[in-house]
Amino acid sequence: MHDFTPVSALAGGALIGLASVWLLAANGRIAGVSGILHGIFSPPEAMTGPHGARWRAWFISGLLLAGLAWQAAGAPVPLREGFPLIWAAAAGLLVGFGTRMGGGCTSGHGVCGLGRMSARSLVAVIVFMAAGMISVFVVRHLLGVTS
Amino acid sequence: MSALLSALGAGFLFGIGLWVSGMSNPKKVLGFLDITGNWDASLMLVMAGAVAVTLVGFRFYRTKIPLPTLKDIDFPLVAGSAVFGIGWGIAGYCPGPAITSLSTLSAESIVFVVAMVAGGLLYRGKT
Repeated sequence: MHDFTPVSALAGGALIGLASVWLLAANGRIAGVSGILHGIFSPPEAMTGPHGARWRAWFISGLLLAGLAWQAAGAPVPLREGFPLIWAAAAGLLVGFGTRMGGGCTSGHGVCGLGRMSARSLVAVIVFMAAGMISVFVVRHLLGVTS
Repeated sequence: MSALLSALGAGFLFGIGLWVSGMSNPKKVLGFLDITGNWDASLMLVMAGAVAVTLVGFRFYRTKIPLPTLKDIDFPLVAGSAVFGIGWGIAGYCPGPAITSLSTLSAESIVFVVAMVAGGLLYRGKT
């Protein structure tokens, strides 16, 4: 075990949880990032509730602003060198396709679904964590991709 | 506060949480998923910290607001989650961290997010 950072992990996680409660309390929405992102690209007639696609764009803008603020504050930004872009493209395709098919990602099924004690989300979390662990083993250790 | 400003604030707080926790560092995410390497258990605590807050916070709102009601554990749920996990394990990005990492203008985050949007559209094209 290395680089174990329990305090920042718990504190950051609590902030993520607070943001999710905030979005549900103030906007009546589930903070599932994959669903929010893909919703922006859905046809307008598929949008339900007040503000249709616009609140989604504002939430995503908040995520981007957080990254800019983090860097403006001079906080450490870990950049990775040498990860092959073809693997980044393949991974992005799988994540986009899989989160739509499965109806959620680490936030929607993980943070929010587990918070709602949804059995569906618990199954999703177990499956994507297990798949992620197998994937790292295959790609990093068997195929030797630098990541 | 307007609903749009509220959504912006929630996204901002969510993003800061991703940076504080280390979730926006793909090497750290892969360190968590790499159970046969030098396993870094930190990200388990990110999920624990977040769910501890939502478990309590959602109790106050659960009954007032219609939430997703799909209860069936079906093929798309399991297969889709598996496909997502495979992609997550390749690059170390899930959707939230990938989007907030766009702010660094790193080539890998730009390529990943464009492909992620395309992947979502591809799935919709199939249904």
